[in-house]
Amino acid sequence: MKYRPWSQDAALVLLASLRDEMGPVLMALQLMQKEFGYVDKASIEIIANFFNTSRAEVHGVLTFYHDLRTTAPTTHEISICVAEACQAVGARVLVQEVKAKFGDETHDGYCFGNCALGPTVMVNGEIIGRATLEKIEQARR
Amino acid sequence: MRVFIPGDSAAISVGADAVAAAIALRAPSAEIVRNGSRGALWLETLVEVQSPDGRIAYGPVSPDDVTSLFDADFLNGGAHALFLGKTDEIQWLSSQDRVTFARVGIIDPLSLDDYRSHGGLVALNKALTSTSDWIIDEVTESGLRGRGGAGFPAGIKWRTVAQTPSDQKYICCNADEGDSGTFADRMLIEGDPFTLIEAMIIAGIAVGANTGIVYLRSEYPYAIATLRKAIEVARKNNLLGSKILATSHSFDMTVRVGAGSYVCGEETAMLESIEGKRGVVRAKPPLPAIEGLFGKPTIINNVLTLATVPMIIADGASAYKARGVGRSLGTQVFQLAGNVARGGIVEKAFGITVNELVHTYGGGTLSGRTLRAVQIGGPLGAYFSTAQFDTSMDYESLIAAGGMLGHGGVVVFDESVDLAQQAKFAMEFCALESCGKCTPCRIGSTRGAETIGLIIQGVEVEENKRLLLDLCEVMSDGSLCAMGGLTPMPVKSAMINFPDDFKGGVR
Repeated sequence: MKYRPWSQDAALVLLASLRDEMGPVLMALQLMQKEFGYVDKASIEIIANFFNTSRAEVHGVLTFYHDLRTTAPTTHEISICVAEACQAVGARVLVQEVKAKFGDETHDGYCFGNCALGPTVMVNGEIIGRATLEKIEQARR
Repeated sequence: MRVFIPGDSAAISVGADAVAAAIALRAPSAEIVRNGSRGALWLETLVEVQSPDGRIAYGPVSPDDVTSLFDADFLNGGAHALFLGKTDEIQWLSSQDRVTFARVGIIDPLSLDDYRSHGGLVALNKALTSTSDWIIDEVTESGLRGRGGAGFPAGIKWRTVAQTPSDQKYICCNADEGDSGTFADRMLIEGDPFTLIEAMIIAGIAVGANTGIVYLRSEYPYAIATLRKAIEVARKNNLLGSKILATSHSFDMTVRVGAGSYVCGEETAMLESIEGKRGVVRAKPPLPAIEGLFGKPTIINNVLTLATVPMIIADGASAYKARGVGRSLGTQVFQLAGNVARGGIVEKAFGITVNELVHTYGGGTLSGRTLRAVQIGGPLGAYFSTAQFDTSMDYESLIAAGGMLGHGGVVVFDESVDLAQQAKFAMEFCALESCGKCTPCRIGSTRGAETIGLIIQGVEVEENKRLLLDLCEVMSDGSLCAMGGLTPMPVKSAMINFPDDFKGGVR
């Protein structure tokens, strides 16, 4: 996935698009991550000032949600569902294999709504059902 | 020549996009429709060809099968190993009672013409010329209850919002389908999004709200894209916006995307999240119907609850409530998941047994090994053993059996499952996803996982089991919402129904 380099000017332009939204803080953080790949810590103060709220409020939202991260993502992102339906078809073993092979690129996921065709993995945003190590390697290319 | 190849993300997960591309390459003149999934997920990718006397199905088709399908002249219904006959005559599908899912898999999800020609907008046109009272009476009379898990009568909720005076009211659709083993909300949105849009407009007319919000989880990128496109189509056709379909009613809606928090499926945490805050659960009262989103009266309904309303308004409450048992009226969209041979959507009237669902429809385990347990109703639902398979799938019977219906998901496990590990996972999941407001949930979940760990290690097993049951009681009684309140359900049901797994040691 391609992201823009973080910049305060670009962030301010993006935030302006949310000016009329009610309750914009979470949307603002999600927008930062979508554009820059992560939420730069500097954006906490920028978002707080822009929407006339406190840094504590923004920090609180940023740290609550699993999706949001404050460091740049790895080149490839692999999210493996480790919830019950995928556990029933071997996700507990698969996640170990994938972590051993791809390390930091691998994240635990909790349900992609593909529970009849598990194990399910998202590789760079692409959904893979009946996932195996081979299928993941193929999708990662 | 029309060829139907599902664009549902479950089908895509097993190669539907590649199948569609391969077919398009060989038959450039064919009209390829990316329909939703019929719900027979074990047959995905299910390719259908329009013939003069109905649609002919082939499945499960992988990209490698496309060459041989053309060799067999599948576009004209030719014989092939994957030939399934007429789709409407596949017994797994034809024996179901599709009401909420009537159009899913059949229509082009983004074609309003297709939607109209399959009964869409009949209910909206009826609602636009009816009184608020009549609409709410129909919903109440139908017996429709919340399909998200709580089972609260929809009509009563709607009546409360309608009767609460306010300058602003909201319709919030809870599409934060975080329960493992459930995917009906996703499939409805990907396969028939106009039904949800129509339902939300009807809800708006009924209670006097002009704004709708769908809270849709970020794990469902395909559903988000489809719903946003459908909303655009609806706006262009004056279904949404001001003076809809040249009447005095106005209604518009947007999608808010979640950020990976399970507890935001709890209705008050969801409201906080839509308001852009941490998803911390609110105490009730005040009920969201009186003080909900931004403090205004708000209807919060699950996708399936709302999506059933157009059918009720179009066909009448009595037709809907003629189905079902006791106080569980109508149909439930069951979802068969996990280690199951024939997984997918089974929409049937309430009252089907666990056995019928898991064996008659599910065909037992995928692995072929002995079936040992099912978890019904998501991560907070109970684990049942095969001894309980005569239980009727309805709200009351499942509660009586020590479980709950939840969102209607059934996850199948074979004999390799260790229920102590599953119980430990339930506590770990709670620790990960707790919003932190209530101490029993925030701290108890961590202590619970540790205690189950000790039992697995064989450390003071009986004493730790007593401690665990005590902890479960505190969590159940001392938590505001279902996260802490129901995490004990999978734990206790595993202990009661699978005592052999709690004797210390790994199975």
